[in-house]
Parts: sequence; structure tokens; C-alpha cells
Amino acid sequence: MTTGTQTAQPGATVAVRALTKRFGSRTALDRVGFELRSGEVAAIIGPNGAGKTTLLSIIAGVLDPTEGEVARPSGTGRFGWVPQEPALYSKLSVAENLRLFARLERVSDPEQAVDAMLAQTGLTDRAGEEVGRLSGGNQQRVNIAIGLLSEPPALLLDEPSASLDPRQRERLWEFIAGLAERGTTILFSTHNVAEAERYASRVLVLGDGELLFTGTPAELERAVHTEDRTPGDFETAFVRFLHDRGH
Amino acid sequence: MRWLLVKDLQILKRSPLLVALLVVYPVVIALMIGFALSSPPGKPTVAVYDAVPSGRGAVSIGNQKIDIAHYANQLFDSITPIRVSSRAAAIAKVQGGQAQAALIIPADIIDQINGLITQGVGSPTVELFLNSRDPLERQFAEQAISARASQVEQAVSKQVLRVAVTDLRQVLNGGTLQFLGQNVPILGLRNARAIVQGTIDTLPVNSALKPALKQVVNFADLAIGGFSFATPVLGSIGSPLTIRQVELAGRTTPTASYAAAIAVIVSLMFVGVLLAAGLLALERSENAYSRLVRGLITPGGLLSEKVLLAALGAAAVTLLMSAFVSLFVHLDWARFPLWVAALVLGGLAFAALGVAIGGLARDVSVASLMAFVLSLPIAFVALVPGDAVSGTLKSILDAVAFVFPFRAALQAAANAFSGAAPGIGWPLVHLAVLALVFGALARLAMRRFSAS
Ligand SMILES: Nc1ncnc2c1ncn2[C@@H]1O[C@H](COP(=O)(O)OP(=O)(O)OP(=O)(O)O)[C@@H](O)[C@H]1O
Ligand SMILES: [Mg+2]
Repeated sequence: MTTGTQTAQPGATVAVRALTKRFGSRTALDRVGFELRSGEVAAIIGPNGAGKTTLLSIIAGVLDPTEGEVARPSGTGRFGWVPQEPALYSKLSVAENLRLFARLERVSDPEQAVDAMLAQTGLTDRAGEEVGRLSGGNQQRVNIAIGLLSEPPALLLDEPSASLDPRQRERLWEFIAGLAERGTTILFSTHNVAEAERYASRVLVLGDGELLFTGTPAELERAVHTEDRTPGDFETAFVRFLHDRGH
Repeated sequence: MRWLLVKDLQILKRSPLLVALLVVYPVVIALMIGFALSSPPGKPTVAVYDAVPSGRGAVSIGNQKIDIAHYANQLFDSITPIRVSSRAAAIAKVQGGQAQAALIIPADIIDQINGLITQGVGSPTVELFLNSRDPLERQFAEQAISARASQVEQAVSKQVLRVAVTDLRQVLNGGTLQFLGQNVPILGLRNARAIVQGTIDTLPVNSALKPALKQVVNFADLAIGGFSFATPVLGSIGSPLTIRQVELAGRTTPTASYAAAIAVIVSLMFVGVLLAAGLLALERSENAYSRLVRGLITPGGLLSEKVLLAALGAAAVTLLMSAFVSLFVHLDWARFPLWVAALVLGGLAFAALGVAIGGLARDVSVASLMAFVLSLPIAFVALVPGDAVSGTLKSILDAVAFVFPFRAALQAAANAFSGAAPGIGWPLVHLAVLALVFGALARLAMRRFSAS
């Protein structure tokens, strides 16, 4: 198991090769492989327990794969990571959490990065509050802000918009689009299929740990329609797709 | 690592309940254990040198005897006497710490008491040597002895008074006195006065004897009046017995400073183990932990941070505790650098044990429970006296005591506090090795966790 030691192909920020992860007898990921180019925005979709979190965690370096490898260009910094569950110190204030991770990430100007993220997530006036006392959505805002602190080469987000209100969701996607334009590779998971269709240039469909499909949202829709010729929206197409493959 | 330390301190500052559990509770427990072990046993140990030849322990007053030996035995009921054969030996016991006090009863005490009672001269004196190094025990021994001594005093003066009053009445009113088995009649002052007065009345008016006898009658009047008042005044006879106290700067009994070391090390263990296990488990129960392991900090760095924080915290708490304990038990402040060395290294070893436990548990409550469940037997195994068990069991207990930090820490602290054997070098090395071993075990436990 080698993670992040191999060099990815030129132009690729992340190359995932034959990743397998087993928890005891359960196979959470089964020989998953794909590559992401710089500035690409990719969405992982799939039912509960499909292996989305497992895949993102391995790429983020939180989990070790059982087999396979994650390759990245040498000399690039750590990937940004927004875990599914808010990963925060509940006893620390919003600003203290941000400052701590800015320092641990060795951001050149921690105070400036903290202020920028507080403004971005609209939490400036709650900076002094203990994170444990924030609402779930506001905790998620802080959780996202920490992942965005260090301007990483690639950003991994696990269901980032799940508990955000529509206004914050909008701001998040605006911000992410801005990052992608500047060359940051984005890989996010979501159950909001419309979101994947709208913001991602590529969708990866996971089912029971297998990578069932990779391509543009339009290609996914076409794959379903060519099979049974029923027109419909993207979500219906996705559900149909999974159903056809026994998921 | 610095920022992680700052973060943990902030979290601890905001978790007063957790800190109370992790710090105050262990200290209270330890102090209770310490006091239970060091509180003076029911009776103080007193070295007694009684120079009075046997069979000469009674004072005769008038026709009554006061058996001093009887009161001395009562005194011995309230102390644990060590009988020695010389004054020097008694003092040596106090200086050596085997006795809390020495009581010396001089050979001539009976004569002195006799002299005081019969002629009003003499000062019967016993000597009491107290160990002033240990204020708590000193006070304890002093109270036990002086309470009994004043009982002796009271008994003697009551007896003296009773004898004196009886004698006085006989002097005044006459009566019979037992002397050498014979009843001897005593005339008495009042009768004597009556006889003299009668004699004066029968004398011729110008007899030359008359003025002289008149003087005798006047004196008798005066004496009768005076003696009648004198009886209660006799009660105020001062203490017939003087206790001359001497303070000795003897060594504290080794058990006292050893018990202090036990209390301090029990605290060190609880604070170190609980704090380290709790902090590591707290880190992992907070989701934020998953961010750290992505190369923000190495597992080794994370463990070192927890061990350092817990060890320094435990050492600080127990140093304060030692200073407090030294108000009651003599601890050698001249060896203070060794205190620090023993408590810091002991803290490191206990904290390493703590992170090994915390590495296995996934949340704070499980970690604390495991730390408690493991700590107590570790302490007890190390405290089982060598002669309480034998054979295989002893070897097993010794082996267990060897692989955990308690015994080594206790030896180091006992030596630091009072120079107790065996020295401090090996225990410190032992602790350093244990700190490394448990640190490595914790590292393995962490790996197991991150792989899942
Ligand atoms: N630590 C673990 N130990 C054992 N099994 C695990 C562990 N983590 C995940 N799994 C299993 O691996 C599979 C994939 O889980 P994962 O969390 O990656 O799914 P997911 O796609 O993120 O689901 P969701 O949409 O609900 O977030 C599941 O069957 C899950 O039960
Ligand atoms: Mg998930």
C-alpha cells in the first residue's frame, strides 16, 4: 500500500489506481481507479454505504487503502479536506479552530486567512463563539472553512452542502467555482444529484464499492436513455441507472 | 506541537469539571491514602528510661503510701513504651526516629518527692525529649504524656492533701496515730491550750511563769486559727512533679516520609495516567482528530504532546502537594532538585502508560475507566510488602511491579524526600525506560486504530 508517493501523469493532480479497502470481510472499495486534471470539478454520487466517504478519506490520507495507491504530482502540498462530519474542537471558538488549523497547516499569514474564511462563511460576528454551541449548519460552515484555509492543489469535500441553507450553498459553490478557475482540482460527494449535474464537469458513480460510471452528467443521462429511451431529468436517470445495475 | 499544547490547555481551562475529575479527585484520594498510612497509630512510641530501682516506687507520706509505680503503669497504657537501659539510649531512639519521644525518670525521683512533701524542698523532675522535626507527631506524643503526667500530679497532690489534712486535724484536735504498729495517742493543740490555760488559772497572780504561759496560749490561739484556714490552702500545693521538656531535631520516622511519598506518587499516577489517557481519547473523540493524522502532526508528535502535557501537569500538581505535605511531615527541601527529577520522570512514565491506555480506548469515559481500573491494582501490587507473600506469588507481583512505573516512582520519590534506600539513580533510569516502552506501545495502539 503506497499512498501519495507515486507521481501522477502530467496534467493530473490526483491519480487513483485500483484502490481496494476492506473492513474485515466487507469490501468498501473494490479496485476503484480514475484520474483528475487540474481545475477539474468532479462529483462522486452513489447510495448510502457505496464507499464515497471511504474513497475521499483514503485520498485525503486519513485512511490507508488495503490495496492500490493514490498518486499525485511530486512537490504539491497537502490536499484540502472537508469531512462529512464536522471535524472541529467543540470547546474552542470558531476563530480558535480556524487559527489552530491555519497554524498546523503552516499557512503563511494565519490571521489573514482566518479573517478571510470568517468573511467567506459569514461567521465574522460569531468568531468568538464556542463551536459546540453552534447550530449544525454553522458548524458545517466552520468545517468547510477549515478545509479551504490553505489554498490546496486539490480540495476533497464530503457532502459539503448537506446541512447548509440555500444562501450558504450558493456562496459555497461560487467560492468553489472560483478556486477551480484558478486551477484547484475539486472532488466532492453529494446526494443532491442536481448539484452534481450543475457544478460538476464529471460524475463518478459508486455502488457497493465499485466505480460504475465515470463521465459528464450528460453522458450519464444518455447512457440511461439509450438503454430504455425514456426521457427524464438527471435524478431520474441516475436512479434508473443504479436500478438497472442492481443497486 | 506547540499549537496543539496551547489548544489542549485552552480546552482544559474550559472544562473545569474534567480538570476536577482528573486532578482534584486523585489528589484527594492520595491524601486520604497517605493520611491513613501515616496518621499516628493509636499510641505514640516513647522510649522510656526508668532509673528508679524496682521496689522503691512508693512515697510515704505520714502514715500513708503513694505508689508512684501504679501511676507510671497508667501512663504506659497510653503510649507504646520502648524500655531502654540508659538516658543516652532513650535520646538516641528519638534522634534515630524509632520513637517520637523519650521519657527519663531519674533515680532520685522518689526522694525528691518525699523531700518536697516532708520538708518543702526538692523538685522532682522527669525529662521529656520530643522530636521537633515532626510537628504533628511531636504534638501527639506530648499530649499523650502530659495528660498522663498531670494525672500523676493530681493523684500525688490529692494524696498529700488528704494525708496533710488528717495530720492537721490530729494536731488540732488530738487523736491516735499508728506508729510502728502501735496506737500512739496525740494530745492535740486545742487540748494542749486548755491544759495550759487551766495551769495559768491555778497560778498565783504574780507568778513569774504566768506571762510565759500566756504567750504559749496566745500562740496556740493563733495556730488554731491559722491551721483552720490552712487546710484548704494546702490544696493549692503546686505541681509536685516537673516535666522538663527538651526538643530534639531527630530524624522523622521513615514511615512518615515514606507514606508522604506514597500519597504523592499515587497522585502522580492518577493525574499522569488519567490526564494522558483522557487527553488522547478526547482528541480522538473530537472529530478534529482525523484532520491531524493527515500529516498535520505525526502520531509520535501527537503522543509526545499528550505525554508532555500530562507529565508536566502531574509533576506540577504533585510538587505543590509535596510542599503542602512538608508542612506536616519532614521532607528534605535540600534535595528539592531530586524531587523535581523524580516527579517529572515518574510523570513521564505514568503519562506514557496513560497514552498507551488512551490509544486503546476510543472515548474519554472508556479511557478514564480503563485508567482507573488499571491504576489501582498497579499501585497495590507495588505496595504489597515483600514479606506478606512468598514464593511464586512474590515473583509474579515483583514482575508486575517492575513493568509498571509505580514502584520505581515510589523509590525515586522516597529517596528524593528523605534519602531512603535504594538510591535514586536506578529508579530514574527505570522510569525513563518505562516511559519509552509505553510510548512505543501507545504508538502501536495508534497504528491499529488508524488502519481500521
Ligand atoms: N470504520 C469502518 N469499519 C467498518 N466498516 C466501515 C467503516 N467505515 C465504513 N465502513 C463500511 O464501508 C462501507 C462504505 O462506507 P462509506 O462511509 O464510505 O459510505 P458512503 O458512501 O460515504 O455512505 P453515506 O452516503 O451514507 O455517507 C459501508 O458499508 C460501511 O459500513
Ligand atoms: Mg459518507
